Amino acid sequence: MKILVITEQREGNWNRASFETLSAAQQMAADAGATLVAAVVGKGVAALAGELSGFQVEEVLQIEHDLLEKYTPDGYSLAFAQVIAHEKPELVLLPHTYQVRDFAPKLAASLGKGMIADCVGCRHEAGRFVFVRQMFQGKTAVDVTFQGEPPWFASFQTGAFRADLLKPHAAGKAPVRNVNVELKPEQIRTKPLELFREAKQAVDLTQAPIIVAIGRGIKEPANIPQAQKLAALLGGELAASRPICDEGWLPMDRQIGSSGQTVAPKLYLALGISGAIQHVVGMKGSRTIVAINKDANAPIFEVADYGIVGDIFEIIPALTEELEKTKAS
Amino acid sequence: MKIVVCIKQVPAKDAPLAMAEGGAWIKETDIGFEMNEPDAYALEEALRLKEKHGGEVIAVSMGPERSKQAIKEALAKGADRGIHVADERFYTLDPLGAARSIAAAIRREPGVDLILTGLQSDDQGFGQTGVLLAELLGLPHATIIMQIDVADGRMKLKRELEAGWFQWVELPLPALLSIQSGINKPRYATLKGIMAAKKKEIVSVVRAELGVDAPATQHIERIYVPHKSKKTEMLTGSPKEVAAKLVEKLRREARVL
Repeated sequence: MKILVITEQREGNWNRASFETLSAAQQMAADAGATLVAAVVGKGVAALAGELSGFQVEEVLQIEHDLLEKYTPDGYSLAFAQVIAHEKPELVLLPHTYQVRDFAPKLAASLGKGMIADCVGCRHEAGRFVFVRQMFQGKTAVDVTFQGEPPWFASFQTGAFRADLLKPHAAGKAPVRNVNVELKPEQIRTKPLELFREAKQAVDLTQAPIIVAIGRGIKEPANIPQAQKLAALLGGELAASRPICDEGWLPMDRQIGSSGQTVAPKLYLALGISGAIQHVVGMKGSRTIVAINKDANAPIFEVADYGIVGDIFEIIPALTEELEKTKAS
Repeated sequence: MKIVVCIKQVPAKDAPLAMAEGGAWIKETDIGFEMNEPDAYALEEALRLKEKHGGEVIAVSMGPERSKQAIKEALAKGADRGIHVADERFYTLDPLGAARSIAAAIRREPGVDLILTGLQSDDQGFGQTGVLLAELLGLPHATIIMQIDVADGRMKLKRELEAGWFQWVELPLPALLSIQSGINKPRYATLKGIMAAKKKEIVSVVRAELGVDAPATQHIERIYVPHKSKKTEMLTGSPKEVAAKLVEKLRREARVL
């Protein structure tokens, strides 16, 4: 069996989730006795290919073309369809990034194949891989297997595997090989224009030692000062899950999760946050997690060290009072 | 513009979930359902584009009989007509099978300019349907869209990337877009809208009659409540008691205060 990992870079900078997927793939290749190949795509990516070759892989595929300098779903999909036809991997693994979500299902479908997306785990069992993914916003998990003929496609959720377990190459360096692809400008229907950031990030939540985060359970903007007071009392920053920022109740730069910031403070206090995957990926690395939610089945409790099932509007004032008391003493 | 918006009906956010016998899906009795929230943003965007550029909005939903309620909600908010792709066992479809079915229904509509979808469904959460529809229908696409400007048969779009980055991209029409949640503030249905919706048409097509059945590319072996990755200590008592317990734990045990 041959496993191909498609890594991701933009303007010469890695998307670090690539290394988590590569780390998962190393383990999978070891478990299944498979060959592991890693690919990097773009223009002028020799240095990145060299970096990849330092990891335990059979070889590194360097895929370069003028039309791949900037990402487009058409360009990537057409290029990888050619690479896959040429290299014949059985399994193609990708990090579940925004970019992968944009092109990988198209790539798989263009070959008549399917993709198991956003997996949080994988095990080798009875000669096949069983992938684990979440459904119902993390309230349930499912075991999924591929059917039919390869190639098969799967993507791994950010934070699901550990990049720090990535093994260096046993012999120093893996060979790097160029794979040519043919693309014509008229095949690419998207015109990519400039990349930009919105107004500067006012707060860097990644540096906050304590974060008090609010979710839908806060109900209305009028209730936010309660959480703000608690955050101030703890010497922490106030943050939120996506819906709160979508509503405009807190600015976007206070958002934790896949589309916001990824944080790992020493204390993360989640108030009325259900714990959808998109939020959890941004905070599960926190040292101590406290969750307070009225729903005992909320997925946030799965990652919490301390949990309280109850009404946040009763518990926030009690907690505030308790902290004021201990502070005074 | 002729705009198709894909919507799904999913269990209500606070619905308690229990596995059905056989473990292939959840028990649907005794729980409420609602329009998938990410799709509400796509619907709102479709309605705003229609208000600006004229044309019609067609709401398409695949699922069991109950899904018609989500279509009715879309009609009440201002969509012009609905298409229901009926399948009581929709949950047995893989992402590609689901997309093939919806694509077949959309193909029956000539002259569609734009197809909008939400980012993902809050039930199965495949997050692939939009991109797959584009591929199957031969359309260009863009996902995670935060702004749409249409002029002269082309669109200028603001795409959200990760970590606070955005990108402008241009696409020709016809095309498919997956809308990022938060792009707009979805409207509520008015009483007038609800009354008007009663006269609007919902065409039902039976999925099995679309002739798109193909072997699934993947199979769900088991649905279960996930294993805890951490041991959670639950604190119980009155608000005052749990607050005291928590502060004590954070000071003495976790040592974070």
